[in-house]
Amino acid sequence: MSTNKVIHALYNDDDVLMDAVKTVKEANHHIEEVFTPFPVHGLDKLLGLPHTRLAICAFIYGLLGLSFAIWMTNYMMIENWPQDIGGKPSFSWIVNMPAFVPIMFELTVFFAAHLMVITFYMRSRLWPFKEAENPDPRTTDDIFLMEIPVHNNEEELTALLNTTNAVEIKVIEKH
Amino acid sequence: MSSHYEAPIREPLVLGEKSYHDITMDIVKPIEGKANKNWYIAFTIALIAFLWGVGCILYTIGTGIGVWGLNKNIGWAWDITNFVWWVGIGHAGTLISAVLLLFRQKWRMAINRSAEAMTIFAVFQAGLFPLIHMGRPWNGYWVLPIPNQFGSLWVNFNSPLLWDVFAISTYLSVSLVFWWTGLLPDFAMIRDRAVKPFQKKIYALLSFGWSGRAKDWQRFEEVSLVLAGLATPLVLSVHTIVSMDFATSINPGWHSTIFPPYFVAGAIFSGFAMVQTLLGIMRKVSNLESYITRLHVEYMNIVIMVTGGIVAVAYASEFFIAWYTGSPYENYTYMSIGAATGPYGWAFWSLILFNIAIPQFLWIEKVRRSFIWSFIISIAINIGMWFERFDIIAIVLSKGHLPSTWTRFEPTFVDVGVFVGTIGFFFVLFLLYARTFPVIAQAEVKTIMKSSGQHYKQLRDGKNEH
Repeated sequence: MSTNKVIHALYNDDDVLMDAVKTVKEANHHIEEVFTPFPVHGLDKLLGLPHTRLAICAFIYGLLGLSFAIWMTNYMMIENWPQDIGGKPSFSWIVNMPAFVPIMFELTVFFAAHLMVITFYMRSRLWPFKEAENPDPRTTDDIFLMEIPVHNNEEELTALLNTTNAVEIKVIEKH
Repeated sequence: MSSHYEAPIREPLVLGEKSYHDITMDIVKPIEGKANKNWYIAFTIALIAFLWGVGCILYTIGTGIGVWGLNKNIGWAWDITNFVWWVGIGHAGTLISAVLLLFRQKWRMAINRSAEAMTIFAVFQAGLFPLIHMGRPWNGYWVLPIPNQFGSLWVNFNSPLLWDVFAISTYLSVSLVFWWTGLLPDFAMIRDRAVKPFQKKIYALLSFGWSGRAKDWQRFEEVSLVLAGLATPLVLSVHTIVSMDFATSINPGWHSTIFPPYFVAGAIFSGFAMVQTLLGIMRKVSNLESYITRLHVEYMNIVIMVTGGIVAVAYASEFFIAWYTGSPYENYTYMSIGAATGPYGWAFWSLILFNIAIPQFLWIEKVRRSFIWSFIISIAINIGMWFERFDIIAIVLSKGHLPSTWTRFEPTFVDVGVFVGTIGFFFVLFLLYARTFPVIAQAEVKTIMKSSGQHYKQLRDGKNEH
């Protein structure tokens, strides 16, 4: 029978946490989640998290912005309402293009930056009125928390975690 | 651990024996504590200046631009000077957080939050000026390329003024999300500590439910890096485009290919000076002496020296080229013998004194590492950079091609009032920020504690000796 029991092991130092993660991984236990007050370098690799693809998204969003800028300048300045402004050519987009470079650049950045951040917020479930999910309020201050699911191996896990210099070990029922 | 190693020769960036929790306590102190008398005095003065500015803006809009000191030849003067000045100040924030992030400069972490706040508040002020200058600000949305009932009359994408609209709105909005994303973990820290229910609710709302999972941090760092990569050319593009407002005109004195790099360097120069001014006050008022150290001040001063040097070289080449053309007209542009000896000589020499002469004192190490001298020099640069824009605009326009059009610009009390008002508005926002926001990126500072904290460095050095 599977229960929702989890063990929370709390640490007060990032290096101790890293060693603990190594120990738990070596003992072939699954680490459900780690909550830290600041980015701990190398933790994602140690946990085996796949690399984030947000940068690729940003590149695609940037291309989208660039295409939008090209379409917009062409539609407004060349097709829909061509005007002779300061003698700048209005009959062909490519000839008028140098004047549009700033707009193309700005919209590329605008789309890439904003859509990437929105994607990040959606993927990490961050938005106004969203309830925080860190199990202990100290994890945003100076406590590092490792969450390990329990499958009838509570004692074994507790014993293992006791060797990792945890400052607190709690077994709790997760809802 | 060896991964935290940093050469002992490097000075520590965080002073004192700080634990992670001590950093938290230092950052939340101004937020959880009560404001002191000085804060209220400063806030009241700023608020009065702001309200005075609001009055002057309403008077301008109600009566018309004629209440400014403009005339037939000088069609814009103080307003565009103030606009460029504020945009320039708004440059250091994103430069610090983006460019210094790409170069992995750890010292940025103590100052990036406040510098970005300064950026955003300064760009607010900058944006006011074109809006007021429109005369009918309720039609301000006409600058956007939206379908309309004027026979589908679109905005003019050939115009540098429209490029400005795109550049500044992109810059403002991207700076804002960059700032806010960095704020999420710090808001979460305040949220998790808050005991008053109202405060907890507010910070829970502001923190977007940040929980600090390993995956969140991985994405957070990636987003910060990519945003820095996007913001770096963006910073350079904004002032480049602002300079094109002048450089693409056919007015001698403005029609100059040197303008974009010269304006960008000037913007960074004035932006860092403003950061120096604000943080000089803030480190005292908010007790941040352990985080904003002499080393930070020195590094900022070095950036000021480099960009100030670029600006000085630009002035010299403008002066030389104006003379070298042999054109009598060029002898009346803002960098010429005519300007130095003419009716605006006082403005010309103010520029030389504040922007070139006074910053040279930074070559002396004692001055560069002194809080009080850095503060005084930063104020001088703020004034000097205002004169640079005033000189470029007013001196050039005051001498038309026909001597009969030669005129002078005299600001009215409304010109001055609107400018004073934006300074007041800026400080109202900044003072409110200093009381309610985490003014140092504490999550980031915690990551460098073991490598650059004084305590840890001493522990490591002690170990090496034995």
